[in-house]
Amino acid sequence: MAIDFHKYANPTRFLRLASAVFPWVTGAAVLLLVTGLYMGLFVAPEDYQQGETVRIMFVHVPAAWMGMSVYTMMAVSAAAGLIWKHPVADLSAKAAAPIGACFTLLALVTGALWGQPMWGTYWVWDARLTSMLILLFLYLGYMALWGSFDDHSKAARAAAILVLVGAINIPVIKFSVDWWNTLHQPASVATLDGPKIHGSILTPLLVMGAAYMMLFLSVFIIRVKAEIMDRRLQIMKISQLQE
Amino acid sequence: MMAGFLGLVRRELLLAFRQGSALTLTLAFFVIAVTLFPLGVGPELNILQRIGPGVLWVGALLSCLLTLDRMFQADFEDGSLDLLMIGRVPVELVVLAKVVSHWLTSILPLILITPLLAVSLNMPFDGIVAMEFALLLGSPALSLIGSVGAGLTVGLRRGGVLLSLMVLPLYIPVLIFGVAAVEAAIAVLPMASHLSLLAAMSLGALVVCPVAAAAALRLAVD
Repeated sequence: MAIDFHKYANPTRFLRLASAVFPWVTGAAVLLLVTGLYMGLFVAPEDYQQGETVRIMFVHVPAAWMGMSVYTMMAVSAAAGLIWKHPVADLSAKAAAPIGACFTLLALVTGALWGQPMWGTYWVWDARLTSMLILLFLYLGYMALWGSFDDHSKAARAAAILVLVGAINIPVIKFSVDWWNTLHQPASVATLDGPKIHGSILTPLLVMGAAYMMLFLSVFIIRVKAEIMDRRLQIMKISQLQE
Repeated sequence: MMAGFLGLVRRELLLAFRQGSALTLTLAFFVIAVTLFPLGVGPELNILQRIGPGVLWVGALLSCLLTLDRMFQADFEDGSLDLLMIGRVPVELVVLAKVVSHWLTSILPLILITPLLAVSLNMPFDGIVAMEFALLLGSPALSLIGSVGAGLTVGLRRGGVLLSLMVLPLYIPVLIFGVAAVEAAIAVLPMASHLSLLAAMSLGALVVCPVAAAAALRLAVD
């Protein structure tokens, strides 16, 4: 089943699809967030070593997943925008950037709050923490670069080049815990031998992951819609001035 | 094509030497920036030895940034960039010529003066040798990554600040392994792996960055 995504280069078509999907996505986000938080905060057992602080993981881990996935998605969008001059792809990369930056910041902050009782320090300069920090800077640089162009299409292409160069950081973050001996624990969910976590913890974690994904989609649709409206508003203003 | 490339490098070097000031200014900035640290943290020799590799690397990164925003800017302003873009030499090679001359004029002098500063920071001999190797292998990546940032910000009003925001995060890996190599050498540990990674980063940047910078330049002139 191939989706002809060039069809959605037309903003009106995209808007129609987005508006149809939006209520479902938002509903799913609310439902999953409530279930996931309830399971994570009340049902899941405490860890025998970490005690109650293990519950920070249910907020922290999916945020880190999203921080990386959103950047990957931006890189794919940017490539599509550069190669096929797909206007909605450009907008989607722009719309996703602040959301991804928020997820990355959330992962860093919750990680620091967890690190204080567990590692005895808010911050260590190990590979994963540092590369997540670089990711945050990449998001900020992307947004700053986009903001400093007057011409939208130029901004889109320049920002796309920057995203693609920065995408090299994503595999570095993913594998940093395997390549270097770090304080951060190695991958324990998506490993070749299957998850290494007990189901009582894994289920709420995955529910929260799905909730974050839906939340992202919901906010993303709002932002892309706003971008398209903004663009139309500008065109209308210009044509009004010309009359 | 090769003649065109060499001609471009020669032109850049001639411009740099005849203008003169840029060369000595970067060097002076590097020396002053490094000198500030002993004044800031105090002259205890063991502290200086501990922070020496990091200070020298950070100083090199910042000095490299200083001249980066001029990489394409002057040519963009006087219109010669447009001529270079429509000339016979591929844009990627134009970028590479700019990178080579940036490295020769802005970074090579820093590498040459580093031993002197390293001695003043109480770095042992093994550390100085490692520092030189690490800089030689890692610094091409600095110029190459910088060329992407310079290409993207050419013609922008607040280009310089934006350039550092975009480029410095990408410099971090070079900084980490550059410092790690020197510290390994000081602790008499093997440093080959760090040096290999530095060389790998430079080679990887050599593949990716001229293409990306050329795309950015095409965007800037159209």
